[in-house]
Amino acid sequence: MKPASFEYLRPGTVDEAIAALDHEDAKIIAGGQSLVPMMNFRLVQPERLVDINGIADLGQVTAVDGGVRIGALVRHAQAARDTMLGTAFPIIGEAMRHVAHVAIRNRGTIGGSLSHADPSAEWPLLVSLLDGAIEITGKSGVRTCGTEEFFFSPLMTDLEEDELLTGVVLPSLPDGAGMAFDEVSQRAGDFAVVACGAVVAMDGPCIGSARLALGGLGDTPLRATEVEVALTGATLDDIAGIVADCAVDLEPNDDMHASAGYRRSLAPVLARRVLIRAAERAKGKT
Amino acid sequence: MTAIDITLTVNGETMTTRAEPRMLASDFLREKLGLTGTHVGCEHGVCGACTIKLNGVTARSCLLFAGQLDGAEVTTVEGLGSPRRMHRIQEAFRKHHALQCGFCTPGFLMTVSEILETEELRTDDDIRDALSGNLCRCTGYEHIVRAVRELVNERDGVTA
Ligand SMILES: Cc1cc2nc3c(=O)[nH]c(=O)nc-3n(C[C@H](O)[C@H](O)[C@H](O)COP(=O)(O)OP(=O)(O)OC[C@H]3O[C@@H](n4cnc5c(N)ncnc54)[C@H](O)[C@@H]3O)c2cc1C
Ligand code: FES
Ligand code: FES
Repeated sequence: MKPASFEYLRPGTVDEAIAALDHEDAKIIAGGQSLVPMMNFRLVQPERLVDINGIADLGQVTAVDGGVRIGALVRHAQAARDTMLGTAFPIIGEAMRHVAHVAIRNRGTIGGSLSHADPSAEWPLLVSLLDGAIEITGKSGVRTCGTEEFFFSPLMTDLEEDELLTGVVLPSLPDGAGMAFDEVSQRAGDFAVVACGAVVAMDGPCIGSARLALGGLGDTPLRATEVEVALTGATLDDIAGIVADCAVDLEPNDDMHASAGYRRSLAPVLARRVLIRAAERAKGKT
Repeated sequence: MTAIDITLTVNGETMTTRAEPRMLASDFLREKLGLTGTHVGCEHGVCGACTIKLNGVTARSCLLFAGQLDGAEVTTVEGLGSPRRMHRIQEAFRKHHALQCGFCTPGFLMTVSEILETEELRTDDDIRDALSGNLCRCTGYEHIVRAVRELVNERDGVTA
């Protein structure tokens, strides 16, 4: 299990990285925590490896107009500890604890996780839930896209071969919003069988607005938009009924980790749990 | 593919060695530098036997290329202590029989050296969670948890 030969480049800037990708068989390496296993198994054999770890600009979390920008090279462990993210989006720290293990969280990056597009992974679900804008830089400049346009299917995204995912902007949530994340996995650190995230804002005793995102139930992270509409104006006691059928029409994988039926039956359980927890956190703020 | 010069600091010593950039860091440490304390189990990031510290934090050396070590600061298990001058973590492992064949041990020691600084580890469940990225086929983990519990109590000034 050794990788095939490649040409190794270490650009120092985004422009140099884009130039280095102008090659018929080049691949970016960020944390390497998904790519290197595939190279060791020779499932992937790029001729050129473009290592972006030296591009310091990509490793920052910054306040931007209307939200927070997370650079593509921000590591899972760094995001979990970041105070700006901890204040604006405490759900990120809550979710990062479920991503792999300490050594992998020290290396793996948000940009790598989004580009890898595993439908059970935590970052794609969080960015979908938080209505993040994914920033993509190419030869002709920068473009942004939402998760619905970005994720096609497992390992398939809207990224072109010569484009670099440079960051994600998460728009601020209203002050009183509560949020929560939970998942079921076979062992600590394993990929989720099913994962759920929720954001809830209260309007007196009722739900003012709610968002619900589901992972592990399809080819991409999903937003349960019908459930979100039905939750508006509902009380906490109504939640279980509203989410009961949230996965009946979905066709999740049937594999060695879990059957499709088990995945479908986990969804409403986790959905109820995160919605109630998010609502209680929202109440605690008002 | 041609070899390149790789200059790095390993366990406090700066050196330059030639290797192909694609060589795994785990093989580089073992074969080029003779530091065979770093073990190789699965070569895809699952078992944790190859855990080292890269620029102060733990990393899987099987998921790093030698080329990426240029300019880096690496600590391997050899940098922790020696048979005559064991590190406190090594002593706790010896005392509690936290190893049998020892294959997984270097990885556990490196992980423990990090989590003692970064995690609260209030309960034994917390310890098991923090160690979940290191697999051991011999001990059943119980004695490893006991060794780490003693280290945590020592750190927190708790008498068990
Ligand atoms: C044992 C183990 C358990 C794991 N468990 C989990 C888990 O529970 N949940 C989870 O979410 N993940 C898990 N992971 C994966 C981990 O989170 C990876 O870090 C992540 O999926 C990829 O991030 P990376 O930075 O390591 O990317 P890399 O491995 O470097 O790259 C992955 C892919 O993305 C591309 N890429 C990387 N960065 C960019 C960029 N900026 N622009 C364009 N393309 C880019 C690469 O070319 C490659 O195709 C696990 C990994 C291991 C080894
Ligand atoms: S050999 Fe690196 S994690 Fe198993
Ligand atoms: S002591 Fe043998 S694998 Fe852990």
